[in-house]
Amino acid sequence: MELLVASAIGVLVACGVYLLLRGRTFPVVLGLTLLSYGVNVFIFVMGRLQSGAPPIIKPGAAGYADPLPQALVLTAIVIGFGMTAFVLALAVKARFALGNDHVDGVERSGPERVP
Amino acid sequence: MTLLLIILFPLLGAALPAVAVRWGRNASAGAAAGVTAIPLALLLFETPRVLAGGTIEAGWRWVPAIGLDLTFRLDGLGFLFALLILGIGLLVILYARYYLSQRDPVGRFYVFLLLFMGAMLGIVLSDNLLLLLVFWELTSLSSFLLIGYWKHHADARQGARMALAITGGGGLALLAGVLLLGHIVGSFELPVVLRSRELIQGSPLYLPMLTLILLGAFTKSAQFPFHFWLPHAMSAPTPVSAYLHSATMVKAGVFLLARLYPVLSGSDAWFYLVSGTGLVTLVFAAYVAMFKHDLKGLLAYSTISHLGLIMLLFGLSTPLAAVAGVFHIINHATFKASLFMAAGIIDHESGSRDMRRLNGLWKYMPHTATLAMVAAASMAGVPLFNGFLSKEMFFTEALELHQTGTLWWIVPAAATLAGVFAVAYSLRFIHDVFFNGEPVDLPRTPHEPPRWMKVPVEILVVLCLLVGIFPAYTVAPLLNVAAGSVLGGPLPEFDLAIWHGFTFPLLMSVVALSGGVLVYFALQYRFNLHMIVQSPSPGRRFYNRGLAWLTGLSEIVTGGLQNGSLQRYLALLVTVILLAGAFPFWQLGWYSGSRSPGMMDGGSGVAWLLLVVSAACTVIWHRQRLLALVFVGVTGLMVSLIFVRFSAPDLALTQILVEVVSIILLLLALYLLPQTTPRESSVTRRMRDAGLAVAAGLGAAGLVWAVLTRPQDTISGFFLEQSVPGGGGSNVVNVILVDFRGFDTFGEIIVLAIAALGIYAMIGGLRVERPALDPARRPWAADSHPLLLRVASRILLPLALMVSVYLLLRGHNEPGGGFIAGLVTAVALITQYLASGIAWTEARLRLDHQRMIGIGVLIAALTGVASWFFGAPFLTSAFAHWHLPVLGELPLASAMIFDLGVYLTVVATTMLMLVTLGKIGAREEV
Repeated sequence: MELLVASAIGVLVACGVYLLLRGRTFPVVLGLTLLSYGVNVFIFVMGRLQSGAPPIIKPGAAGYADPLPQALVLTAIVIGFGMTAFVLALAVKARFALGNDHVDGVERSGPERVP
Repeated sequence: MTLLLIILFPLLGAALPAVAVRWGRNASAGAAAGVTAIPLALLLFETPRVLAGGTIEAGWRWVPAIGLDLTFRLDGLGFLFALLILGIGLLVILYARYYLSQRDPVGRFYVFLLLFMGAMLGIVLSDNLLLLLVFWELTSLSSFLLIGYWKHHADARQGARMALAITGGGGLALLAGVLLLGHIVGSFELPVVLRSRELIQGSPLYLPMLTLILLGAFTKSAQFPFHFWLPHAMSAPTPVSAYLHSATMVKAGVFLLARLYPVLSGSDAWFYLVSGTGLVTLVFAAYVAMFKHDLKGLLAYSTISHLGLIMLLFGLSTPLAAVAGVFHIINHATFKASLFMAAGIIDHESGSRDMRRLNGLWKYMPHTATLAMVAAASMAGVPLFNGFLSKEMFFTEALELHQTGTLWWIVPAAATLAGVFAVAYSLRFIHDVFFNGEPVDLPRTPHEPPRWMKVPVEILVVLCLLVGIFPAYTVAPLLNVAAGSVLGGPLPEFDLAIWHGFTFPLLMSVVALSGGVLVYFALQYRFNLHMIVQSPSPGRRFYNRGLAWLTGLSEIVTGGLQNGSLQRYLALLVTVILLAGAFPFWQLGWYSGSRSPGMMDGGSGVAWLLLVVSAACTVIWHRQRLLALVFVGVTGLMVSLIFVRFSAPDLALTQILVEVVSIILLLLALYLLPQTTPRESSVTRRMRDAGLAVAAGLGAAGLVWAVLTRPQDTISGFFLEQSVPGGGGSNVVNVILVDFRGFDTFGEIIVLAIAALGIYAMIGGLRVERPALDPARRPWAADSHPLLLRVASRILLPLALMVSVYLLLRGHNEPGGGFIAGLVTAVALITQYLASGIAWTEARLRLDHQRMIGIGVLIAALTGVASWFFGAPFLTSAFAHWHLPVLGELPLASAMIFDLGVYLTVVATTMLMLVTLGKIGAREEV
């Protein structure tokens, strides 16, 4: 199970980073979304994997999952949404202010050089 | 308290001259003089105690955590320096009153001067090395202001910058050295440090520490090869030069060595570094000084040479040499200050400092000439003047040297040679200026200066003579206590007499005097001294080249890193993170922990497959933006399943809701952006990015694996135990959010609010042409608000709102809470916008989102503030159980009111974000 989780996070991060390095705003936003999925799950599983033990105090419960990473991730999800929204607004504004949707604000003709 | 006052008077009183200048230049000078005279009086009041060998200490705690305290001490050495700083400072203030012209802003001059004076006093009275360092840097800064006082002159600005760069750079070295010293000793307090000689000298860090501290001292005291800033600082007004380069600024380096002499001296490293540098500086600068045509240039190099002499004396590490060093500090301060002032008078009254034009001034200003002659004689070391006494002691000590073995003759020979040069340049100062023919077209006809301008020079010259003729009755007590605190032990036997009989040092003096006279006249009449033009010093060229090189380097680095391409920044960022993350792996080795992994089940396997495939598909089809968006949605749903699977119902709810809102948001944005991404990256770049991405993914996966296979050590036990008794709720996650870590949550809703308002400010009201056709050239759906959707959404609205209220109320005990309920409400409302259009919805739903955000944040804040009225810290929660009809037992915690604030903020921010984006390009509805 741990292997599944670890590899899933790895895939999310890898896909996120690749899209993050693209040249247009929309894929970058998608990459950011994927990356934040990966990071959120990463923080979440720092409390280890526990099945059927939600951190809600009940008499007779056998054990509880770690509530602290959950609380951290909950706000992280909401903040992540706020960030995505802000970046999108930036992308829309940039597109109409600059006439293109390249992250550098300049559309380059032809394939780019590798820096 | 007295000590603190002595320092604070000039520092705080520095503002007075600037204010007083409204009532004229005399008032300004008077204010400055008063601010100097009071601490001088305070200091003199302590004279009996200090001369009796006492040390006055005072201290206040400042930053004990780093060992920095406001501790001061007044011992013999500090007393001597404070006396020089305040005494000569007072004379300089008087002198500057007449020196500065009507056009110069007098108030500012005195402000800078007093700041500098306070900083210098701080150095010499500090009992804590870090505190000393603070004042040290203050002197660098305030001397920068003083040297650059005539800021309209390019050379003044350059000189000031150079002085700051060299002495400031040295200050950094000194900081490192002092930190090392503090590390060795374990304290920055001087009394502790001064007791730890064996510990310090035995430490393996002794040599680096010594080198760094010496770097600080050498740069400040203008030792070779850092000397070149001092001649350039001559572009300052002459009172500044008289002050900085006689008694204060450049003496700070010497002072530091004297201060640390008991613990640092005596080692071979100290001997070779300090006396070697001093010796080279002494001879080299004295040689250069002879060829300077500028009066102040000559004095500048002479100052460097004399500082080298003092360094050399301290380097010799014999008790008598240290005494001679302290003695020469006093003598040099008096004769050099008076010489600078005399040079200033000559410049002021004749309009030139060039010795090729200044000739035969004896006829015009005999009084000034007499004063200058006495001071110059002292500088040359002529008997009956104070310079002679310390120079004799120096010659004596040079002969007593044992460390150099068979090369014993080097130091005495070099000392005599430097003596020859010193006599030659002193003679030149007098002969070239006051005799040697007639003036060569001077701008003004020279005449004697105003009466009071000469008074400071007269006082200093009288001191030179008194000390020179009656040393035992004048300077001896002061010298004894000052040298005593340098040595930190018993004083050696010495005799401050003019006549010691026919000794070898006397012979050296005679050689120096006669040799100097010979050299000067030979240069003047044989080699036509006035025609010799020296090339600018190599130090300055080196400095300029180094500066240009540094600027160029910084341009290259900045240009390389900050080329304006976000892609490059991100690639660099990822690379750096990878390297930083790889380091511990490389260091600790990669291995899995002892914890055995849990069993996998079929459902999880399917979800994993879906997640991996959808994430991969997002990347593969990222050019087809709508398609990629669908895949991102699937990925997000799988992530929420992860939360469900591993016991996080709150997270799962939040994730699903945020997913819905995000997808709507992305769709709205996509409508306004191109639908496809052009293919523009080269293959190499894509390969590079793929490499980075795979490495990052492997790193993250490896990290997770390494953590998950290790046992957990968590602080969550506290939260689980305290949730019900302390927070009044059984949903621990929610209790953490609104209670234990409520302040975090408060900050986070503010961030959300700022993001939403930022979006509104950025694109609110943006009007763009709405495309009539989609990219495939099909018209957008004719029926933009289908009937069935409209009807269904209206029925759903009250239900959804009810659910959200339920989630909000129960959130403290069951999955739910402000964030989740807020998102549910937002989704319900957004559905109305989607189904019925903006105009229809806004006509019926009058919500002022901005105001609602404000109310939400305010409610949260007031809940927090309310706890103050019960004497508890911000956001302390209280709770009670209420019995309500129908709903039954309902625990109500004040944290729930806070959660209400969270709820309102989340609803309003989400709505504001979506509606703002949705309104762009929307056509007026028919």
